[in-house]
This record gives sequence, structure tokens and C-alpha cells, in this order.
Amino acid sequence: MKEEFQGFFAGARGALPILPGVVPFALICSVSAIGVGLNPVQAAGMSFVMFAGASQLAILQLLSQGAHWTVMLFSAWIINLRFTMYSAALAPYLKDEPNRRRLPFIYVLSDQAFGVSMAQFSTEMPKYPAMYFYGAAGTIAATWLVSAIVGAALGTLIPPSWGFEFAFPLSFMALMFAAIKDKPAVVAAVVGGGVAVLTKGFPYNLGLILAAILGIVAGMLAENYAERKAAS
Amino acid sequence: MTGLSIWLLFIGAAAGTFALRYSFIYLFGKFDIPEWLQRALRFVPASVLAALVFPALLYPNGTFDFSLNNIHLLAGIGGGLVAWKTKNVLWTIIVGMSLFWALQLL
Repeated sequence: MKEEFQGFFAGARGALPILPGVVPFALICSVSAIGVGLNPVQAAGMSFVMFAGASQLAILQLLSQGAHWTVMLFSAWIINLRFTMYSAALAPYLKDEPNRRRLPFIYVLSDQAFGVSMAQFSTEMPKYPAMYFYGAAGTIAATWLVSAIVGAALGTLIPPSWGFEFAFPLSFMALMFAAIKDKPAVVAAVVGGGVAVLTKGFPYNLGLILAAILGIVAGMLAENYAERKAAS
Repeated sequence: MTGLSIWLLFIGAAAGTFALRYSFIYLFGKFDIPEWLQRALRFVPASVLAALVFPALLYPNGTFDFSLNNIHLLAGIGGGLVAWKTKNVLWTIIVGMSLFWALQLL
């Protein structure tokens, strides 16, 4: 038992270097929520319920544009499809864990918790990898939630006339460039972005869903093409 | 949207997101992630995020505007360079918003 706790604390320590990036992102999510007209409880509550910053910002941007609720829902799910990759990669380490222990940490699984854990597992495998993941995920979650509450308080101080909605596309750009690691991903971004511009007039922002799907298909085709070219 | 429907939207988004987070942990040993799906998932963030960014810069007030009068586009290009170089959300917002406010004053 004692060793398991040590594993948990090792994960918590592993998460420390990444916390300076977690705090501003959580603040931004809450401040943006206030900016589109939510009250502070809704703004902080959004982070508690969803716990997925990029999809929260997407919902908020669409909310400010008056999108249909189904489009907001599907957009959030599409953005969060990446969690299935993390789920598959973490599954072998969590397979023998009881649900009552692993489910709360699966609920707060984040890009950062996944990144910290996988980086550790690939350099030196901890004795209790599940505990390491719990420590990292729990630390990031606690930091995220405290920052979200602070952001909800700060957000009410920022006047709407500042045009803070512009922070949405700005933050998406930083996340987008972090996700673009090779040429097929560039193709996915160009096609996704291009189709979204062309279909902007579609009702209920449905063009966004279409653009996302076509961008993904274009990325896969570009990857196939690059592989065939490399093979020939 | 009313208060209640906002919360229902959050809960719906959260429920789906939890299902995605739990998906292959739950399925471990029962079902492997197919290779084509793994390949497709890799392109999700680049595609979706670009689809959110480009229209926001090119339709600043709901109408298409590709000109030097479009300060969303100009500040967005500046912020985009920072995003590209740093991949950091905070720096991108600091530089992009500063440019946006500076261009508003011109």
C-alpha cells in the first residue's frame, strides 16, 4: 500500500513541470465563458462537468455565433475523439484496476496527463504504472479546477467591449500548430479550414462538421499517397 | 439558451466525452482499435481546429472579408506566427490580442 502511494506521488511530481501550461488554459476557458454571457457558476461548472478545454472553447465560440445545440454537441465530441487514442494506449496499464478506483481518473484523463504518463512509461516503467497515471491525472485535474474557479471570478472583471472572443481562434491556432506534426496533418488542416470557409453559410454551422470529416479524409489520403511514393 | 439547456448541453458533451475516454480501456481484451480508425483519429485535431480558426478570421462580422480592413485576419496572422513558433496558447493570445487592440486604435 505504501509503495502504491509512492507511485501516486511520483506521478504527481511528474506532472509539476506541465502545470504552468494548465493554469492559463483553465483561466482562459472560464474567462471566455463569462465573455459569451455565462454566469460565473456556469463558467466554472463547465470545467467541472466536461474537463476538456479545447471542446469547451469550441462550444463557447459556437454559442456566441448562435449555433444549433446539436452542432455544439457534435463538435465537442469530434474534438474529443482523440481521447480514444489515449484510452487505447493506457488500457494495458489499467486493465487490472478496480472500476471504483480507475473511473474517477478516467473521467479527468487529459492530454497532459496522458503525455506525462506515456513519457515516463517509455523512459523508465514505474512499479505501479496505474498509480503513476492517477497521480499525474489527479494533480492536473486539481490544478485545472482551482484555476477554472479563479478564472470565473476574474472573467467578470473584463468588460465585453474588449472583444475577448477573438481569444478563441487564437487559442485554437496554438492547439492546431501543436497538433500538426507532418505533411499529411498540414493537408488535413488546409482542407478542414478551407471547407469550413466555403461552407460557412450552411445552416446551424453544419459546415463545421462536414469540414472536420473531409479534413480527416484528406489527411488519410495524403498519408496513403506519401507512403506509396516512399515505397516506389 | 436558457440556464437549464446550457447545463444539459454541458452534461451531454461530458457524457459523450467520458464514453470516449473510457472506450478502449473498457474494451481492452474484447476489441482492438482497428488500424484505419487509428489513422483517422490522428488527423482529428488538425482538421477540426483549422475548421474553427479559418472562418473566424475570414468572416469577422458574419460576412466574408479578405482585405486589409479585416483586423481579425491581420491580428490572426500575427498571432498565427506566434502559435506556429511557440505552440503556446498563452503567448498566442497575448500577442494576438495586443495586435487586435492596436489595430482597432489605428
